[in-house]
Amino acid sequence: MSARLSRAWAILALPLISIGLSVIVGSLVIVFSQWLVTGELQAGLALDAYGALVSGSVGSERAIVNTLINTMPLLLGGLAVGLGFKGGLFNIGVQGQFLMGALGSVIVGVQLRESPALIAIPISLVAGMIFGAAWGFIPGFLKAVSGAHEVVTTIMLNFVAIAILAAAVSGPLNVIGSQSPQTLPVGNASLPVILGRNGTIAIIYAPIMAILYGWLLFRTTRGFEIRVAGASPDAARYAGMSPRHLIIWTMSVSGMLGGMAGATDLLGATHQMTTTYGTTVGFDAIAVALLGRTNPLGIVLSALLFGAMRTGASAMQIQAGVPADLVGVLQATILFFLIIGPVIKRIFRLKDAKTGLEDSATTFTATYGGEATIR
Amino acid sequence: MTSESPQVGAPALEMRGITKRYPGVVANDSIDLDIRPGEIHALLGENGAGKTTLMNILYGLARPDEGTILIGGEEVRLTGPSEAIRRGISMVHQHFMLVPVLTVAENIILGEETTVRGGFLDRSEAHKRIVDLGRRFGFEVDPEVKVGSLSVGWQQRVEILKALYRNAKVLVLDEPTAVLTPQETQEIFEVLRRLAAEGHSIVFISHKLYEVLEIADRITVIRRGKVVGQRVPAETNEEDLAEMMVGREVSLTVDRGESHPAGAALAIQGLVVRDDRGREVVHAVDLEVRSGEILGIAGVAGNGQDELVEAIVGLRKPTRGTVSLEGIDITGLRSRDVYEHGVGYVPADRHRFGLVLSFSIADNLVLTSYHRQPYSRGLLRNDEAIREAAEERIKAFDIRTPSADAKAATLSGGNQQKVVIAREFSRDLKLLVLDQPTRGLDVGSIEFIHKQIIAKRNAGTAILLVSAELDEILDLSDRIAVVYRGKLVGLRDGRTAEKNDVGLLMATGGRANGDSAGGETGSAA
Repeated sequence: MSARLSRAWAILALPLISIGLSVIVGSLVIVFSQWLVTGELQAGLALDAYGALVSGSVGSERAIVNTLINTMPLLLGGLAVGLGFKGGLFNIGVQGQFLMGALGSVIVGVQLRESPALIAIPISLVAGMIFGAAWGFIPGFLKAVSGAHEVVTTIMLNFVAIAILAAAVSGPLNVIGSQSPQTLPVGNASLPVILGRNGTIAIIYAPIMAILYGWLLFRTTRGFEIRVAGASPDAARYAGMSPRHLIIWTMSVSGMLGGMAGATDLLGATHQMTTTYGTTVGFDAIAVALLGRTNPLGIVLSALLFGAMRTGASAMQIQAGVPADLVGVLQATILFFLIIGPVIKRIFRLKDAKTGLEDSATTFTATYGGEATIR
Repeated sequence: MTSESPQVGAPALEMRGITKRYPGVVANDSIDLDIRPGEIHALLGENGAGKTTLMNILYGLARPDEGTILIGGEEVRLTGPSEAIRRGISMVHQHFMLVPVLTVAENIILGEETTVRGGFLDRSEAHKRIVDLGRRFGFEVDPEVKVGSLSVGWQQRVEILKALYRNAKVLVLDEPTAVLTPQETQEIFEVLRRLAAEGHSIVFISHKLYEVLEIADRITVIRRGKVVGQRVPAETNEEDLAEMMVGREVSLTVDRGESHPAGAALAIQGLVVRDDRGREVVHAVDLEVRSGEILGIAGVAGNGQDELVEAIVGLRKPTRGTVSLEGIDITGLRSRDVYEHGVGYVPADRHRFGLVLSFSIADNLVLTSYHRQPYSRGLLRNDEAIREAAEERIKAFDIRTPSADAKAATLSGGNQQKVVIAREFSRDLKLLVLDQPTRGLDVGSIEFIHKQIIAKRNAGTAILLVSAELDEILDLSDRIAVVYRGKLVGLRDGRTAEKNDVGLLMATGGRANGDSAGGETGSAA
């Protein structure tokens, strides 16, 4: 095996093995749940289900566009979580930032629904990013001034975001006379479709954000500071960097990406908001970032995988009769196997990868352990 | 083999043809070692020579690929530490494995609890044995005292007691003097001699030549995984041992030459610093370091040196007092601004502070200057300039690495420290603060770093050297300040200072011999 190949394997082994194992676990779940209900053991059912999942996500042009459009919020959310990890912060609050971003874009989008699209779209999108950034700034600021752990504060803020959203939609944003509380549609602020029936320009700007993410981290001095602070907060302090400043900055930009994910979903897909508005994108984004090992290309690929699974889930339910919720099982088991990476590495006798990447699983646990060394 | 060694007899322990390979490196290459009963046997070698691997094999932590271990003439397979302990082999680690909040007795019986019926601890029996053992070997310790309240020297004795409590016949001590003052070292040597006289065998691992010559009956030198020779102290000297260890001639004493100090570069007045827990650990220190001189700060670790240094370089805000650099007040500035004023800083813990181990050597070489020209252009990194500077410094400071892209973690300790030294020494400096610049390094790297320090002084930089190695302070310093409990208790000339005098000041603060250094405290220059 050439050096390049073995290096690539060292990087890809754990994610690929995790995906493979989760597929196996998924088929066991499919076959045994069928057996429990009907008493029949049909090994082929798993194949049928996965076949439907694949063809439903990439089997036709329409499926591919749907996969792409489902991928983009996951990609932006994955970048948000990934940036936090790079900086040694576990932003578990992308969900809340996503909701606030959607809220910000719907507030502005409804106001601008009759303005020219060229004005309405960028302003609504930026409003979502600002709302998300503000929602990321709060935990960053709290950690910088008091050491409050971001895992705790961001989880709390997720609930606050849900409540604010419900209050806003049923209150000031509610359209008088509607059956159940909901906002007006965003009209001209809707993202224009450029591909197929519903492929919006998010297909263009979200990948650009992934490129900017890589550029920020590896080409700028700020990115260097973030990576140093993430890899060794003590070394960052020694080097004369300001950890407090970096924490606030990183959390705000991470929140901005989360807000952009929410704005993308709202302006591109739902166009209006109800009190039950919400997805699991913010949480799936954590798995996306971990599977992609916080690397920009890795996050793009893992977002595509998760986007494809979401898209193919309904086809799987219709064609194979396997509930769409199986996709949740797959995503959760991938995350599970990633987190128990050290065990997997031992079982599969993987050498420790001496790659250019900081081990995201290590970052994960190190962050979660909560060693807040701020002065 | 030296057959004329005083203790002749069947070996208590024999290792024959021990070979251990790790991917890409032979850590132990058919090593033969025999330890006699009642012998103090020194194992001498640089870091990475294979001492630790060999001892891990002996303690059952690693399996040899080839070779056999014999204990009392009987071949054994050591499957783990518990097996090694059962066979009478015990290890006293460099970093003590004691629980500070437990008492001496509790620490000693940990894992070896004598229980009475129903699972209750039989303390009285354990206490009696501990007191008996201590009395027998001349270091009685109260079994009821909490380990955390003991000095480092006494903690080490507790470790030894723990080994004896488990009926160890062979004690392996890994760098036991690294954390001790000269006086404490002498005390522990006394203990070791008593143990040997009672028939215990001691394996004494060290890279300090004079200590080995003083304490050992026989010395085995290991280099690159091989035994390169065995000596008895009477037939050898430091130079000979150093040459065996390194494989070439090394100069052990630094040629420090003349110093030509100019005006004060660093001036500290009435500096008061608190530690993380808010206790005042630096009390009104006055200190002056002149351009072109090395001021050494001698002191047992934990006497406020760390906090003093952190306050100077801006990592800790002093409570009171001033720090000025060439007349400019830099008190309380952020570290970035202190560095910008021309202060270089080599931190004590290179793994935690000095380096980002998962980053490349090139990145580490600009860790404190990445934001300046030419390494950054506006907001962007200038990878080309960073790379060029890295290549240059790797050459200038003889950093042994396959490439500038290699991760810092892949380097040996000596080369890692050279990265830190190269980075800080390459900047335009007025003051250089060195905290334990050679801790844990091999003789070759120490020699190199010492030369660099002298060169920097001769170029007119003021150097503040903090080290727990008294010899390093004595070898390099033009002036020596001794700290004791956060106060400067004495100031000596570096060329005439007596080791015992400084050692005593370090240990007692000068009260024992009536040396009231108060008058000259900090009255620098």
